[in-house]
Amino acid sequence: MSVSMLLAVVLICAAVFYVLGNRRAIGVSGGDSRQLHSRPNYYGILAALWFAIPAIAVIVVWQVLQGHFLEGGIVDSLPPDVLERSADQVRLVVATIKSLAFGGIASGVEPYMLESAAGYRSAHGFSQTLMSIMSLALGLLVAGTTVARITPQTRARNGVERIVKAMLIACASLAILTTAGIVLSMLFETINFFKTVPLSNFFFSTEWDPRFSSAGRDGGDTGQFGMIPLMVGTMYVAFVAMLVAVPIGLLAAMYLAEYATPKFRATAKPMLEILAGIPTVVYGFFALVTVGPFLRDTGDIMGLDIDARSVMTAGIVMGIMIIPFISSLSDDVITQVPRSLREGSLGLGATKSETIRKVIFPAALPGIVGSILLAASRAIGETMIVVMAAGVAANLSGNPFEPMTTVTVKIVNQLTGDNEFTSPQTLVAFALGMTLFVITLGLNIFALHIVRKYREQYD
Amino acid sequence: MSTQSEVSHSIGATIPAEVSRRLKRRYAAERRFQAYGIGAIMIGLMFLLIMFVSIIQAGLPAFQETRIRLDVELPADKFPDDPAEQTAEGMRLVGWTGLIQQAIRDQLQPETRADALAMHKLLSPNAEVGLRDIVVADPSLIGKSVSVWLLSAGDVDAIVKGTMSRDVPETQRTISDRQLTFIDTLEEQDRLRSQFAFTLFSAGASSYPESAGIGVALVGSLYMMLVVLCLALPIGVAAAVYLEEFAPKNRWTDVIEVNINNLAAVPSIVFGLLGLAVFINFVELPRSAPLVGGLVLTLMTLPTVIIATRAALKAVPPSIREAALGIGASKMQSIFHHVLPLAAPGILTSIIIGLAQALGETAPLLMIGMVATVFTYPETPMDPATALPVQIFMWSGLPERGFVARTSAGIMVLLTFLIFMNAVAVYLRKKFERRW
Repeated sequence: MSVSMLLAVVLICAAVFYVLGNRRAIGVSGGDSRQLHSRPNYYGILAALWFAIPAIAVIVVWQVLQGHFLEGGIVDSLPPDVLERSADQVRLVVATIKSLAFGGIASGVEPYMLESAAGYRSAHGFSQTLMSIMSLALGLLVAGTTVARITPQTRARNGVERIVKAMLIACASLAILTTAGIVLSMLFETINFFKTVPLSNFFFSTEWDPRFSSAGRDGGDTGQFGMIPLMVGTMYVAFVAMLVAVPIGLLAAMYLAEYATPKFRATAKPMLEILAGIPTVVYGFFALVTVGPFLRDTGDIMGLDIDARSVMTAGIVMGIMIIPFISSLSDDVITQVPRSLREGSLGLGATKSETIRKVIFPAALPGIVGSILLAASRAIGETMIVVMAAGVAANLSGNPFEPMTTVTVKIVNQLTGDNEFTSPQTLVAFALGMTLFVITLGLNIFALHIVRKYREQYD
Repeated sequence: MSTQSEVSHSIGATIPAEVSRRLKRRYAAERRFQAYGIGAIMIGLMFLLIMFVSIIQAGLPAFQETRIRLDVELPADKFPDDPAEQTAEGMRLVGWTGLIQQAIRDQLQPETRADALAMHKLLSPNAEVGLRDIVVADPSLIGKSVSVWLLSAGDVDAIVKGTMSRDVPETQRTISDRQLTFIDTLEEQDRLRSQFAFTLFSAGASSYPESAGIGVALVGSLYMMLVVLCLALPIGVAAAVYLEEFAPKNRWTDVIEVNINNLAAVPSIVFGLLGLAVFINFVELPRSAPLVGGLVLTLMTLPTVIIATRAALKAVPPSIREAALGIGASKMQSIFHHVLPLAAPGILTSIIIGLAQALGETAPLLMIGMVATVFTYPETPMDPATALPVQIFMWSGLPERGFVARTSAGIMVLLTFLIFMNAVAVYLRKKFERRW
């Protein structure tokens, strides 16, 4: 029985138990539901939950563990001469056998593989049958006892609510699990990476030249993984983006908050926010076919040599993208500055712009800095625009009109190629991802800290 | 009266020059500052406009395609006799291309061999698909001659639409003068027409722009949206309900809250790395599967959904909860029977916004192998597929002129979906917004 079919059976059985529990509750109450502690349907729900939860738990645990046990079975069935090969090759053989077992097409098939595949297939089938029986049996047992034990005094509603609350907590904890998953998965691969490449090579070398994955196999040379050129490229592009976005975003926020009529504000603000809702791949395409060639042609006229893919192209387009992040957040902060400050300043004879620049801006500064830092973290982590418009060559130059590459570009490049997963050429992506995660997380925490610490309390 | 005018006169007399000059300067600064503000907003909006105009301009032609009407002979001896074999699979080896090439030669009567070759190139290499579909649908046509509208080559399409100029010298064109005269002949014979490009919406990947489409990518995206909807809606709402209604104020709750806020700001590509390491390498789910894409996008959009749902729950006044508790409902009942239904429009808005975010996301999908070139529709969420933004990304890297139009058209479709989703969200918010 396939897993999806089994799940369907579990759901149907749970529905049956809902009806059973419901009937049983009405039965024990003698047809008068006022005798019951809870409303009859709670008894039904309780029975259904106690069927579904154990059954699904069995399926999940089985599915997770099954693969590792069965793989062990395959390895045991391999002829000794195969086992003597390197770990990578054994893994390849196992993968081939697995794909053979389910009618896949594989190259380099040898007779022993077919034999193992047949063994694997039957073991897999047996395991699936056993899982189906176990899960349904456990569900029947638990739900059956629940139904049998129903009396008018059974606190079914409390039972159901306890289970529901546990589910709510589990869902809320998923956020923690995600973060843990991100940190752990990247940490493991990063450690694997640093087993083959020294830390100093990654963090301090200025040369990025990972070669192909076979390069490491043939000789000692595994390539250079210096992330400095990537980091510089990332920061450079983000810097150009901030140069575009900060003045435009701040001025727009100040105008919207202080000068704009309600009507103008109601149209202009959502329209600016459209910029934040456009997918980044669209910005990337815009950079590639419109902004890049435009800059190149302008450069030609002025006698400058500008590449269509350059730090400038990516930075400008990224800047446009993050304008609304700065303008919306700053706008909120500026409108929160109390009226009394404005009126005090205007009453002393300052003009509106003087009030904004000398009173409101300093008062709102922590919030504005926070919004700029959040925008910067977004610029650093942005992928599609730089993949499409910043270039792929890792060169360390200060010229904004030359292509440079960034951390995110290299993560994409290293993982979309044909490299083997265990090679340092692939694993470096995780080390880069980890670095990126730490930097953006640090920026976010720092931004929140600044906002909290320096927030002026006026009321 | 006289004293007043004297006073004002004396003030005007004592500080005229410097103060009024300074005042003028200050007023000028004021006007400049306002102008900067308006300028900044205008620059932002102008970029938006330029982007939309340039994309629509480039993309509109792709919604039309050129077809050529040919009378194709279908000699019975080239087809399997057994009606059971007259299926798409059984007739795979029929020389469709040969039949079509024969038809265009019959039509235009080439004088030389070079002429004939040039004629063949007027039709898309994928034109045979259209012919095959017609014959498969109606095998009784075998042995007869059918008149069909076949897909023209991308270059012919560009000439007919005018996106490629006839005036440039022949050497700089991908289409020869000879082929131009053939096009004119076909036009005179009324065998050339432009029609709505259904191919764009039905086809999958192709190496020829005229026969490439977003059909497969749309299905892939649809599967992913379904996965996101089925997971992010229940999990997001459950998490929000717990944090907003049940969670005690303690360290653990604080940790969860900080975590959710931080996850919302983690770069999307990091979620792709997580998906690669956990779902593909550890759980061993298939690469390129919409299921994996959906899982990754779910994790990515959950923080957005949770934060927005919490705001919707917070907007329901405490009096509702208290009234429910007062007449004997349990806390769980007060929330599930009263608070949640009242917050439903807000929750719906938040999930739509989350879906819109997921629909436009590209980077994490590149990590889990959705950059595959997929020709066939995925039948289940476990089959290899691609997504609309990823298809756009892949097309954007192709040099042919036709693909620029295809990419722009894909972007237009994507933006249409996003605008529609956001419009629905705004409409729901406006319609069900309640002031308590």
